[in-house]
Amino acid sequence: MVPRTILHCDCNNFYASVEQLYHPALRGRPLAVAGDPEQRHGIVLAKNELAKRCGVRTGHPLWLARQLCPDLLFVPPHYAQYSRFSRLCRKIYRGYTDQVESFGLDECWLDVTGSLSLFGEGRGIADQLRRTIREELGITISVGVSFNKVFAKLGSDLKKPDATTVIEEKSWRETVWPLPAADMLGVGPATDRLLKRYGIRTIGQLAQAPSQTLHSLLGKNGDLLWSCANGLESSPVSRFGEAPPVKSIGNSTTMPRDLEDGDALRLILYILAESVAERLREQDLQCRTVQVFFRSSDLSWMERQAGLDPPSCSSQTLFEASYRLYKEHGAGCALRSIGLRACGLQHWAAPQTTLLKEAQHSHNRDAAERAVDQIRRRFGRNAIRRGIMLTDEALSALDPRTDHPERIAGSVS
Amino acid sequence: MSKQYIRVAAEFTKEGAVNPILIWWGDKSYTVDRILDRRRAASLKAGGIGWRYTCRILGKERYLFYDDEEQQWFVEVPDPYTVPF
Repeated sequence: MVPRTILHCDCNNFYASVEQLYHPALRGRPLAVAGDPEQRHGIVLAKNELAKRCGVRTGHPLWLARQLCPDLLFVPPHYAQYSRFSRLCRKIYRGYTDQVESFGLDECWLDVTGSLSLFGEGRGIADQLRRTIREELGITISVGVSFNKVFAKLGSDLKKPDATTVIEEKSWRETVWPLPAADMLGVGPATDRLLKRYGIRTIGQLAQAPSQTLHSLLGKNGDLLWSCANGLESSPVSRFGEAPPVKSIGNSTTMPRDLEDGDALRLILYILAESVAERLREQDLQCRTVQVFFRSSDLSWMERQAGLDPPSCSSQTLFEASYRLYKEHGAGCALRSIGLRACGLQHWAAPQTTLLKEAQHSHNRDAAERAVDQIRRRFGRNAIRRGIMLTDEALSALDPRTDHPERIAGSVS
Repeated sequence: MSKQYIRVAAEFTKEGAVNPILIWWGDKSYTVDRILDRRRAASLKAGGIGWRYTCRILGKERYLFYDDEEQQWFVEVPDPYTVPF
């Protein structure tokens, strides 16, 4: 098999770099892109290199970030701008290969094996990409070059900003094995803690650990980590536009104030259910499971799920299932944020004609909601609304599709 | 250095390119005598991205930027009171 040349391109301090490009006066000063504290989204979403050096981390509350770095400047996020830069980066990557797989807004893998005869070796392509992005977009990227996706990603993290790191097939052990296990893709904080308990601190120790032990500790993920650490990872880079199958669709939101049971809470659940159901219908999907996520005012959280029979893409059904879960598990405490996720997705199929009352009812509800979708597409979101939305105009203004709420991890946007 | 949006008369070619012909600065208009280069570039001085045209205007080389997403033309100005042409 021909050895592959995989690149991992990572935009350095992406949000902060875009902000600094548009506001040259902010360059050379510690900067953080921050959520709106009035909306209770007051955390650091991204930071630049100078803020990072002061110890500011993504997710820090603003007061802590300010404590760590008194000169820190906060700017609000501009998601449309970040999305534009992400799209332009991918367009530049596509000039080199059609195998471009996104990993979030600011990272991409490229398989350039088939382009080497046109553009030269991997390092050369990486350097060309860095130069083009710096000149055309005014931001910088770090590129890792290797023979699989995991090591390419590891490489892009090794030298920042604006650098190329090659991890060669003939000498990867010397570079990779001394690194901390937590640096490898797939080893999160919980896995790292568990591995450390068994004396596994580096990628080399992970590679030399018996695979059966890792399997018994981490299940399938253990097998995967062992093969990654031994350089055996071989998953392909998807072609541009080839989306992996959607596993779940979800939205979550942090409310402007803590909510207990009542119309306001039901209103938020309806907004989330309508958003998720509309996205299900757009993709011709329905779900067999509804998951809800509650975070209470003391920041403790829980996640619960319920099955749907028959499967559904109706917002009313999603609402009823999620409200029932709230009543059973979350009632009585003030909630800070709520999330709703549809899982167990399957293709929607028009139901067969039936005389069963429940099936008829479900079919009618579905048809009514599709009609609502069409009205909204033609005349705007507010052309047709549930009566409950009129009880609190401020809360009902929330649009999870455009307001960029915190999305539930693992869900698609 | 600041970013100033300007009024421009442009030609849309059959190939889909956009070329500036005439630009306005205040009450005065200036003819673009020649386009020497056209490439995608970032303006690090004014802040922005788009097509950067290197133009000859009144015998001097000047950059004109066209942000094709916002559909606006802008120039980098050393200070707001300086005529850039």
